[in-house]
Amino acid sequence: MSAEQRPRDSPQIRRLAPVIEPGHTYASVTDKISAIVLTRPASLGWYAGFAIGFSLLGVLTISLAWLIIKGVGIWGINAPIGWGFAIVNFVWWIGIGHAGTLISAILFLLNQKWRTSINRFAEAMTLFAVACAGVFPLIHTGRPWMAFYMFPYPSTMGIWPQFRSPLIWDVFAVSTYGTVSLLFWYVGLIPDLATLRDRATSKPRQIIYGMLSMGWRGSARHWHRYQSAYLLLAGLATPLVLSVHSVISFDFSVSIVPGWHTTIFPPYFVAGAIYSGFAMVLTIAIPLRKFYDLEEFITMRHLENMAQVMLATGLIVAYGYFFEFFMALYSNNKFDVFLVQQRLHGPYAPYYFALILCNILTPQLLWFQKMRTNVAVLFVMSIVVNVGMWLERFVIVVISLTRDFVPSAWGRYSPTFWDWSTFLGTIGLFITLIFLFVRVLPAISIAEMRELVTHTSEEHE
Amino acid sequence: MNEHRSHIYGVMGEFETAKQLIRATEKTREAGYRRIDAYAPFPVEGLSEALGLRRSWVPFVTLVGGLLGGLSGFAFQYWANVYSYPMNIGGRPLNSWPAFIPVTFELTILGASTFAVFGMLAMNKLPQPHHPVFNVPRFTHASTDRFFLCIEARDPKFHLADTARFLQGLQAHHVTEVSDD
Repeated sequence: MSAEQRPRDSPQIRRLAPVIEPGHTYASVTDKISAIVLTRPASLGWYAGFAIGFSLLGVLTISLAWLIIKGVGIWGINAPIGWGFAIVNFVWWIGIGHAGTLISAILFLLNQKWRTSINRFAEAMTLFAVACAGVFPLIHTGRPWMAFYMFPYPSTMGIWPQFRSPLIWDVFAVSTYGTVSLLFWYVGLIPDLATLRDRATSKPRQIIYGMLSMGWRGSARHWHRYQSAYLLLAGLATPLVLSVHSVISFDFSVSIVPGWHTTIFPPYFVAGAIYSGFAMVLTIAIPLRKFYDLEEFITMRHLENMAQVMLATGLIVAYGYFFEFFMALYSNNKFDVFLVQQRLHGPYAPYYFALILCNILTPQLLWFQKMRTNVAVLFVMSIVVNVGMWLERFVIVVISLTRDFVPSAWGRYSPTFWDWSTFLGTIGLFITLIFLFVRVLPAISIAEMRELVTHTSEEHE
Repeated sequence: MNEHRSHIYGVMGEFETAKQLIRATEKTREAGYRRIDAYAPFPVEGLSEALGLRRSWVPFVTLVGGLLGGLSGFAFQYWANVYSYPMNIGGRPLNSWPAFIPVTFELTILGASTFAVFGMLAMNKLPQPHHPVFNVPRFTHASTDRFFLCIEARDPKFHLADTARFLQGLQAHHVTEVSDD
């Protein structure tokens, strides 16, 4: 990209913040990143954060147990709103995962050096978000122990899944996405696991990291194939990430429900996914770099670039909202027009306006460089966008289902205690996994940071 | 086992920078050694060329995996919906192929990715918990900031003393023999 040459808003061309602070060597990046895992004791803050996450995970366990005992009647869903929180949360979590793949795959193909220090934990975030997302369709089936019915296996009943249904596409898309993200993440981790193996001082760690690293020894022949496989994975993950949220949008757009049956859904879902995902990466990156002193690796440049991606995808999302309205009015389909009125004046209008405020109006502040380089503003903004994107899925699911074709089939939806507790519980699962990840695996790719050190030192020569 | 101490895997030299490693690798190949391997803490640009490595088979294996995943995915859906359990959905043809594309696509990606990763590991002969190079104490630095070049004993030109002297001549530090047990 020619970002370096583009004139900025200041009168002089602003020097970009570096992607890594100068003066680092191979050894210093290795020491600094591996120390978080190997030598640094867990801080009080880590225990506090982990305790919060783990308590919420307990809430999830209780909610799921109660759900299995009582059934989905403990939620606010009923005819005509059969989807409710489970689907809202599912789409929200899957969307969050998309930024991880975007950073690790698409930015890799585009040779964006700033991806290096954020890709590892963004990929971890993807995996954990997919895990949280996976909970919802499973429990939403009502009888989660029968979920294997969704997979094509030679059953004694002699039947197969209905492959023409977007819900089955979903099963394949999400399970492929989970698998490929895991492979991509693990392949990236292998050299770093070898580093941890060689630097670990305690026997159990040497054995565990040793097994996980599979005996990686950094042979040039291995690197040769490794790079080839990594590049191919990036190339494969790129269309995959675009397809996953497209398929999820098919769950809606292939139906005939007003407000769902629209061709703009796939691109606008993908943009929304990346939007919310970058917001979540910022939500994680800002505390991570502060509490683990990683400001030299996750620099202002990273935060600013992510803010710019957020702004750009946010504008695509805004375009999507606009065209949803425009097409409804232009088509003059009375159900679609009615749905637009319902969004603006119906019982859920406050949610819609909150969504516009969070997703479209607030992020416009990111046009200003002062805002993009203010860490506190960015952190708040990332939370606002996360909330906004959750509201978007709520608006899509609930308003359309409560107001479809016949007034006799209209209804209202309000979440129950158990809806909220399950949602909060998955946030607990996410926090728990992130906190554990930071302690046991390198949150930044060490091998790639060494490569970055080579490139930056060559530039200085 | 220790009776056969005479088994030598090769001779290894250590370098401080990637550039020195590349230069040493090139010179070693010019000297006629072929059974050599270089070790680096990150993929070094130009090292594969210096070692004279041919294009890897990983892309081919990936293509095979993708084709296998995609074709078998589509064939399976066709068989399930046309022969095994035909269902009339809104009068659409039994082979309603556009509706089979999303699953076919996902399985193409799944096949290609798993073949890429497991193919890469298999060709690298990983997992391999132990390897003679780990017998060199300083080799732990290979995963941090040091670069190593190993000339293996199975090379026809290999001669313990001469090869060690040759490596020292390339300004390698800590030239050591690598025992094979």
